Amino acid sequence: MKVVRGFYSVAHAVKTCRPNVISAYPITPQTEIVENLAAMYANGELENCVYITAESEFSAASILVGASATGARTFTATCSQGLILMSEVLINAAGMRLPIVLVNTNRALSAPLSIWNDHQDSMFMRDAGIIQVYVENNQEAHDLIPQAYKIAENSKVLLPFMICMDGYKLTHAYEPVDLHSQEMIDEFLPPYEPVAKLSVDKPLTFGSYAPPHIYMEFRVALQNAIERARKVMEDVFKEWAEFTGRDWKSHISAENVDDAELAVITLGSITSLVRDVVESLRREGKKVGLIKLRTFRPFPNDEIRKALKNVNKVIVLERAVSFGNEGQVAIEVKNALYGKSKEIYSFAIGLGGRDVPRELIVKIIDNVMQGKVKQGFHFEGVQEFKEVIP
Amino acid sequence: MIEITIGAISRPMEAKKNKTGDWGTEYPIVDVEKCSGCRSCEMFCPDLCVEVVKENKKKYAVFNYDYCKGCGVCAFVCPENAIRMEVKEIYKLEVE
Amino acid sequence: MLAVAGFKEGYYTLSFPTFGAEKRGTPVASFLRLSDKPIVLRDEIYYPDYVVVLDPTVVESVEVDKGLKENGLLIANYPKSAEEFKKLISTDRKVVTINATKMAMEILGRPITNTAMVGAFAGATKLIKLETLKETIYEWFKGEIADKNAKLVEDACKYMLEVKI
Repeated sequence: MKVVRGFYSVAHAVKTCRPNVISAYPITPQTEIVENLAAMYANGELENCVYITAESEFSAASILVGASATGARTFTATCSQGLILMSEVLINAAGMRLPIVLVNTNRALSAPLSIWNDHQDSMFMRDAGIIQVYVENNQEAHDLIPQAYKIAENSKVLLPFMICMDGYKLTHAYEPVDLHSQEMIDEFLPPYEPVAKLSVDKPLTFGSYAPPHIYMEFRVALQNAIERARKVMEDVFKEWAEFTGRDWKSHISAENVDDAELAVITLGSITSLVRDVVESLRREGKKVGLIKLRTFRPFPNDEIRKALKNVNKVIVLERAVSFGNEGQVAIEVKNALYGKSKEIYSFAIGLGGRDVPRELIVKIIDNVMQGKVKQGFHFEGVQEFKEVIP
Repeated sequence: MIEITIGAISRPMEAKKNKTGDWGTEYPIVDVEKCSGCRSCEMFCPDLCVEVVKENKKKYAVFNYDYCKGCGVCAFVCPENAIRMEVKEIYKLEVE
Repeated sequence: MLAVAGFKEGYYTLSFPTFGAEKRGTPVASFLRLSDKPIVLRDEIYYPDYVVVLDPTVVESVEVDKGLKENGLLIANYPKSAEEFKKLISTDRKVVTINATKMAMEILGRPITNTAMVGAFAGATKLIKLETLKETIYEWFKGEIADKNAKLVEDACKYMLEVKI
């Protein structure tokens, strides 16, 4: 165990995965991840690797698309506006079935300008055909990187993999992390064997033109691939747990739900706090449980249905909103529970880095338990305000 | 049952089988005597269907009618006026 | 053009091309619906009342009478007789032919048969009046081009009016 910052926990894990091409453009709160990697590169610690400083996130992603097509193992990190700028390219990468691994250090979207944490950026990429997994702490982020390569590069999958870790809350936090050794990752993660390889001698077109008579089949193939990823992910998660002794569970981690009357579903770094609240309420004899959502795409519908089988009241806590409807996770959870009569309360909290104190979580759970709030969507932790003309 | 490639990957020259030479109503004819072999047509052709060849020290343009769509850019840019666009026989016949 | 002219005559109209491959010379299709009620259908037409063939060379790659209704009519730009066109595509549907390429070459100097076939459609179906078509042409084109296209439409329309269908 070593006390390191979130940035380093990512960079170190990436290094042990032996990437061939890293390309990025700086954006807070991601920059130090690639700064760490750039330093490793400059120090000659990255063998068979090129670090390319791009002139934008769009270019960084484009460089990785080209590199990945040649069979390189690739990495980038970004967030917020940077992820949105990458989105055009990343959506292509999904269609071209390129197993690029990226870390998104979740940050709010403009406007107004905010460099602080929420999940609005990665939720925007929901429909891209990219695997999305949210982590709770820096050890989980560290552990997920080799797993991400193993899943993304599996010939049944071949999709970009986005690890979502909360900006600041995780990236800037110093905490003890059990760092992987090179030997350990060499044992766990085989070299990438691409099914098709772009080279100067053997030119290929990736993601070529598809008129209406053939386009839809490619999109069905993309859906099939991300559906196949479910099982591959389960297997890799399990393999990792056995390999390291650290069991992060599967697509979800369901805790204290079997006899629960109320369960809270949440994701990201806030999970630790919610767990702590749930466990203390348990000690008071209240029947509450927790579902930590790890995989957001593909969405674990079956797992959620199964975990909530005996639970009547469901709270969704999330750091994003689909404006004009409600929180994205709540929408997905409701879809998973279609036809089941559950009370569902969804709350958007902590947008743009607003701190979510323990009291707020306790208040939300208490209010729902006592029937003080209506089912549906609520913002919580918001001051009273009115809009005025300047 | 149709087959699709992973990632919509295609090999080079696959479009070659889609011959487009029958699309046009006109086709270019080069006057070999006038042609100076300057390669203007070769550079401007949007479909890469003209190539300047050398034969007994004489350079001149040769067209690939399998793909030429008859756009006429070559005739337009030719500095020697050595290329004329001819209406295809099938259309000519109808005029007779 | 037929959609605009049709609307002038009191029809609801909807016209659209096959999208995406509008390169000169590519075999393309476009669709036209005329109705006295508002048109809600936007799908391609699979069972047309009329088929207009602008370029006879497309019969090599396209089954032009596919889906044509039993009492439908196929209007073809073809230099030879309707009987010969029927034989060419082996159809039992009603066919009329017009040498639109020749007309276009004579009037426009180029083998662009679109306006001639618009005229032919009007003449053969009597769904749209020649005057309305000409009015539309003068809205779309100016000067010599308008005059030439109007003449082409008129010649083609009049030719068709005299053909026994």
